[in-house]
Amino acid sequence: MHDMAKHDAAAHHAPTSFIGKHVFSLDHKVIGKQYYGLALLAALVGMGLSWLMRIHLGWTNLAIPGLHLLTKNGAPGNVMTPEFYLQLMTMHATIMVFFVLTTAPFAAFGNYFLPIQVGAEDMPFPHFNMMSFWVTFVAFLVLVSSFFVGQGPTLGGWTQYAPLSALGEVGGPGEGTGVVLWAASIGIFCIGQLLGSLNFITTTLDMRTRGMSLWRLPLSAWAWFITSCMGLTAFAVLMPACILLILDHVAGTSFFVSSNIVINDQLQPHSGGSTLLWQHLFWFFGHPEVYIAIVPGMGIVSHVLITNMRKPMLSHRVLIYSMGALAVLSYMVYGHHMFVSGMNPVSALAFSFPTLVITIPSTIVVLIWLGSLYGAKLRINTASLFGLGFISMFISGGVSGFFLAQPSTDIMLHATYFVVGHFHLVMGVAAMFGIFAGTYFWFPKMFGRMMNESLGKAHFWLSFVGAYAVFMPFHYLGMAGNVRRYQAFTPDYMQRLIPLHQFITVAALVTGAAQLIFLYNLIHSRFRGEPASDNPWQATSLEWSTPTTPPPHNNFGDKLPEVFHDPYQYGVEGAAGDYVMQTSPEKITTGHDEA
Amino acid sequence: MAKFFAVTIIAIAILSAIPILRHTWWMAEDISTHGAPIDEQMSETMAEAGISFLASQFILAFFIWKFSNPKPGDKVKNFPGGAKAMVWAAVLLVGTEVLALGVFGVKAWANVYFTPPAADAMPIQVQAGQFAFYFRYPGPDGKFGPIHPDHISEATQNFYGLDTDHDPDSKDDIVTAQMAVPVNREIHLFMHTKDVGHSFFVPELRVQQDFVPGLDLSLHFTATKIGKYEIVCTQLCGLGHYNMKAYLSVMSQQDFDNWLKQQAALQ
Repeated sequence: MHDMAKHDAAAHHAPTSFIGKHVFSLDHKVIGKQYYGLALLAALVGMGLSWLMRIHLGWTNLAIPGLHLLTKNGAPGNVMTPEFYLQLMTMHATIMVFFVLTTAPFAAFGNYFLPIQVGAEDMPFPHFNMMSFWVTFVAFLVLVSSFFVGQGPTLGGWTQYAPLSALGEVGGPGEGTGVVLWAASIGIFCIGQLLGSLNFITTTLDMRTRGMSLWRLPLSAWAWFITSCMGLTAFAVLMPACILLILDHVAGTSFFVSSNIVINDQLQPHSGGSTLLWQHLFWFFGHPEVYIAIVPGMGIVSHVLITNMRKPMLSHRVLIYSMGALAVLSYMVYGHHMFVSGMNPVSALAFSFPTLVITIPSTIVVLIWLGSLYGAKLRINTASLFGLGFISMFISGGVSGFFLAQPSTDIMLHATYFVVGHFHLVMGVAAMFGIFAGTYFWFPKMFGRMMNESLGKAHFWLSFVGAYAVFMPFHYLGMAGNVRRYQAFTPDYMQRLIPLHQFITVAALVTGAAQLIFLYNLIHSRFRGEPASDNPWQATSLEWSTPTTPPPHNNFGDKLPEVFHDPYQYGVEGAAGDYVMQTSPEKITTGHDEA
Repeated sequence: MAKFFAVTIIAIAILSAIPILRHTWWMAEDISTHGAPIDEQMSETMAEAGISFLASQFILAFFIWKFSNPKPGDKVKNFPGGAKAMVWAAVLLVGTEVLALGVFGVKAWANVYFTPPAADAMPIQVQAGQFAFYFRYPGPDGKFGPIHPDHISEATQNFYGLDTDHDPDSKDDIVTAQMAVPVNREIHLFMHTKDVGHSFFVPELRVQQDFVPGLDLSLHFTATKIGKYEIVCTQLCGLGHYNMKAYLSVMSQQDFDNWLKQQAALQ
């Protein structure tokens, strides 16, 4: 593995031009920061859209000043039309799932820290790496451009169920050009993820430095590795599905449209396609995607918490095996999204069982975290608060999975706000908390400055309490039969739920505003933060052994590090205190070496 | 701060559980013959998920309270059982939970989907379309006339695309915008869509089933309580999705017969 790394480094000199350094950079660290910047931008857009949706759901006829600027026909008198609500919802979900939850914890942090944590100078395919970011950026532009083209973005939801998505403008505003742009954007996004995944897998397998066995990789590196294996297989299915969807629009094919569809009294010129085919292809990607969003968070949070607990997890390997089990099982459970889809009811039972079984590795992960807290010397800082908050959110979002894993209870909860509450807690908020934990933890290494702890804690408290105030009531709404994806609650039985929606709206606005504290902290600390030392958290893994902070272009200077220990030698008496770094050659008598 | 955090977690956990325990917002009353096992399954799942939720949050809070802010001389300790205890706990506790829920859940599901409708169940057809449901009763001949998609016309109110001039079975078919059923009589509901995907959800009836273009699906149920309930669409079908709804009236047999006569006269 050394030879390859060295060979690559020889061809990989530090760039000198502005463009080579900051724009079309081959440096994984710059690419990681670019991904982070894109995710930040996408998160702000996605959150802005959710504010508009929430205001509309609380007070349907309220005029929102300036709303007409976003749309040609969607906001007469600044009041949102039903179709514009659905368009905002679709864009909110697509932006958040793809450009934030997939991009930040996996592509951003993974790019920056995976090569450093394995002890390499860069990824093995830097050009692919650069391309992966730029195609993702293009994908984002293509998606957002749909606001300004034709009748606006698609209104079909991030799942884009056919045949609504495949029929063209006749299906509704945005269902023509809007869908084509959506599918093109996601197809392009898939290319970026495939290139990224290839790089991550090769980095992990081939670029490890001397002494860095697989078991000596930190949990964050393992999580990125497992995620990239999922990404490689899941996005490889979504991309052709998107291509087929585009063909249904532009080439007159009928992959996802069946015969005898009548819209506006016109028989549609399609025949022979299958509606359920889209659902199978989409969810074969869609369910692993949930784990693509959350597994990196599990790794990051474990990494952050271990450092702040000053002890390793109860078992490094059990956590890795559990994350691996989640990845494998994630492909076998996707049918639980389709219990009432018209799929054979026997299949529902077949999909229900692995869905229930997947709670076992999830529970093992949670119990390992909890058991590891026992006897810890827990440091409370913003990073560890978000890490602990992640565990709390993951538990809360996880237990509601029991209801949705069973077809019989799903009859009552499918397509209700219960589902929305479930996935927002478990893959939305939890994954965001993972991103925040990673940011507060790694920011000093990435920018050489500390983030402000007081602002960080204010951000945490408002986010933690706020996220529960927003998303817990979603479950109650769902129990009461409140259907999701409604722009207004016209059925009689939903009327009495509107006050609860208004409460959620207020909570969402406050919680969202709290994120601006984070944004301010990020920008302020970037330029004015206290200078950071090389290893401010007294941590052990390789990112804290770089000769400078931030790391130099080739990460470790002239000589790649050599690794002597497992990643988490805390709670041992070493020369540096209660920890021994992976690069430290000193012998340990009370170590936790498992390898 | 750690202690405050621990208290916050416990407060949030308890506050979250209160509306569930008090059923402040809860499922509508069940009016079906097959719903009881579903409700039972829901309660059992709620009990198991609720206990897991509260126990895990309490342990998290307790450990944060107890093990934060260490004194300088403190040494880290390991959980006595180690990782093995955790793996066994997860496998046994959750495994049992999963098996129990899985096995009992199959019964509730089978009740709905694996039990065929009685031979004398009353056939009703429902057609979904952007953004309304239309129902069809077969009339005195007991037969539904064939559907001709190219005849479907909202303009002439031929919602089902019937050809009454050539198809004798269609002549006495009764098409309505609202649904009515006699109480305590099994209904065999034949479902199809004329355009995109939709869904048929009546919370009180404990049924939810998608309409799938290209597939003819069916449901069967018996409503046990006279009253007026709402049918709503739960599958995103376009801009009017939120407003796609109809009423289901559960009537005495006599009221139903009268209603059907009135509807027949309107055709």
